[in-house]
Amino acid sequence: MKIAVCVKQVPDSWAEKKMAGGLLDRASVDAVLNDLDEYAVEEALRLVETHSPTGASGEGSGHSITIISMGPDRATEAIRKALSMGADDAILISDPALSGSDALATSLVLAAVIGAKDFDLILCGTESTDARMSVIPAMLAQRLGFAQLTFAGSISVVPETSQITIARMTDVGVENMKAKLPAVVSVIEKINEPRYPSFKGIMASKKKTIEVKTLSDLGIDPATVGMSAAWSEVKDAQARPPRAAGVKVVDDGNGGNALVNFLVEKRVI
Amino acid sequence: MSQVFILVDHAGGHITKATSELALFGKRIGEVTALIFSNESSPLLEELTTMAVDRAVVIEGINFDSYSAAPVARIVANLISEKSPSAFLVSSTVKGKEVAARAAVLTNSGLITDAIDLTSELVATQSIFGGSTTVHSQVTHGCAIVTLRSNSIEVEATTSNPVVETVVVSVDSLDPSALLDQVISLEATVSGGRPELTEAAIVVSGGRGTNGDFTPVEALADSLGAAVGASRAATDAGWYPHSHQVGQTGKTVSPQLYLACGISGAIQHRAGMQTSKMIIAVNKDAEAPIFDLVDFGVVGDLFAVLPQATAGILSKKS
Ligand SMILES: Cc1cc2nc3c(=O)[nH]c(=O)nc-3n(C[C@H](O)[C@H](O)[C@H](O)COP(=O)(O)OP(=O)(O)OC[C@H]3O[C@@H](n4cnc5c(N)ncnc54)[C@H](O)[C@@H]3O)c2cc1C
Ligand SMILES: Nc1ncnc2c1ncn2[C@@H]1O[C@H](COP(=O)(O)O)[C@@H](O)[C@H]1O
Repeated sequence: MKIAVCVKQVPDSWAEKKMAGGLLDRASVDAVLNDLDEYAVEEALRLVETHSPTGASGEGSGHSITIISMGPDRATEAIRKALSMGADDAILISDPALSGSDALATSLVLAAVIGAKDFDLILCGTESTDARMSVIPAMLAQRLGFAQLTFAGSISVVPETSQITIARMTDVGVENMKAKLPAVVSVIEKINEPRYPSFKGIMASKKKTIEVKTLSDLGIDPATVGMSAAWSEVKDAQARPPRAAGVKVVDDGNGGNALVNFLVEKRVI
Repeated sequence: MSQVFILVDHAGGHITKATSELALFGKRIGEVTALIFSNESSPLLEELTTMAVDRAVVIEGINFDSYSAAPVARIVANLISEKSPSAFLVSSTVKGKEVAARAAVLTNSGLITDAIDLTSELVATQSIFGGSTTVHSQVTHGCAIVTLRSNSIEVEATTSNPVVETVVVSVDSLDPSALLDQVISLEATVSGGRPELTEAAIVVSGGRGTNGDFTPVEALADSLGAAVGASRAATDAGWYPHSHQVGQTGKTVSPQLYLACGISGAIQHRAGMQTSKMIIAVNKDAEAPIFDLVDFGVVGDLFAVLPQATAGILSKKS
């Protein structure tokens, strides 16, 4: 199985974020591998462990895991983390013209890279913790003409028949879905527990190839991407005033009653 | 006059409240056409007469619940190309956002997700970074495709008499690439008769502090007619279904009142509830970060505080 995992470098989701000039102020916070993409990397590793006779991917095994990311040059740090977990190689699409791209442009670029190779399976996280749109996987499936199996809580693949089934966890419950590969699959954070890179993995990742591509390598016109080509524009952004401090009582045996009195005072009941 | 399409979200033969909200936003902009994808549309058309819509297009002939967002998006895109509406509004559900994303690709249109307000000039308001920042933005290309969070606008009672048109489609008439994935079976979460989490006026959530026992949380919720939510710690432990998780990787709720019980208030949990109008917390630890957000907090054991509050509410109501 040839697997591509789409990962994004994002500001640390534990940090407070700010805006600068209509864009996220990325300089003010640490950049990390999107937490939710770690589950996609882990799932790729587990699928290879299940299906490869040697339990591993790489040269001659018929299995490979390629990390794909669009972002600035420093996104190589996030990619390195995915490689140190055990992925084989990576492609980074980095071009100054990409700055400020919207989801439509991002999916266009990712689809160009993915479509140029013959991957069986494209794994994504359910959302990037900065943009929080949760739309790239559906857009990729649309652009590539692949099946879309999103919000997977479990995945199983039968490589012989190219059949893939997932349990999709949505607003309404669990939907069991099936499709033929190739497919775009996004995974939720309950699917697995991502491994920590081992020392060996970290050392090995330093020798792995990160191929850096520009827009001209992909034959994409720079005028179709980036901030100026974004089809939605931010007019303004304001920090919300902090919430006024509320009342805090310590339960002395009457905490529940105090809560009821508050509800009465606020006319909730 | 400007035309607006809204996607009717329905389940179990009923239209969601979020759909009435879409109609009200649509009315600000122009004439509203409701798109209903269903083979059993009569009860839905009946309910539609209580919403602010001018027209309805029923699309039938395929069991749309058996597929991902692909076939719906394909048909919506065809209708957008045909009728050139100025906007297409969808509620921010998992599938709604996927329909919107695919329709944006198919029609070369800009997309704004998770808006909480939309003006007649199509300026959308979004609350980002866990509610700490408010952004105004606008689609500048194609049809303005906007997904809106539920509980964003007060629903007023209205009546309408929409002109109905029916379009029959067949599996053969669609591009095969729109039918690549299939639903084999659905295990719907049982709501226990409680309101839907994202639409409820009051949400009572439990976290690790419940230690797996949601009885006091559910009892308090029922005394208030509220929905029940859970932190990720609680859903990860299998104490409550994932579909009830509130937060970054769960649902975003914006009720009149949110009660967090035994929840510390991690940044990822706050991302899903910070825009609630009023917040109450019950937590043993006086230093828990959730207390930074509250209008009212009780430092105490939820197993003592919640039953007392429930009893008090029930006696006030009787
Ligand atoms: C990528 C990512 C996504 C995430 N997404 C989400 C998400 O969508 N939603 C979410 O909730 N979390 C999410 N998290 C997890 C989040 O970081 C926290 O781990 C989680 O919210 C903690 O849940 P909790 O507050 O129930 O548990 P804890 O943090 O363990 O807090 C339990 C609280 O209960 C109190 N308590 C204990 N016993 C009692 C008692 N008897 N009475 C009263 N109080 C008591 C304790 O004082 C404590 O404050 C995510 C994390 C990551 C990394
Ligand atoms: N710039 C990017 N490069 C690679 N993958 C991305 C990028 N942006 C988003 N993705 C993938 O798409 C998923 C959903 O992201 P989003 O739609 O931005 O919330 C992420 O979890 C990633 O797997």
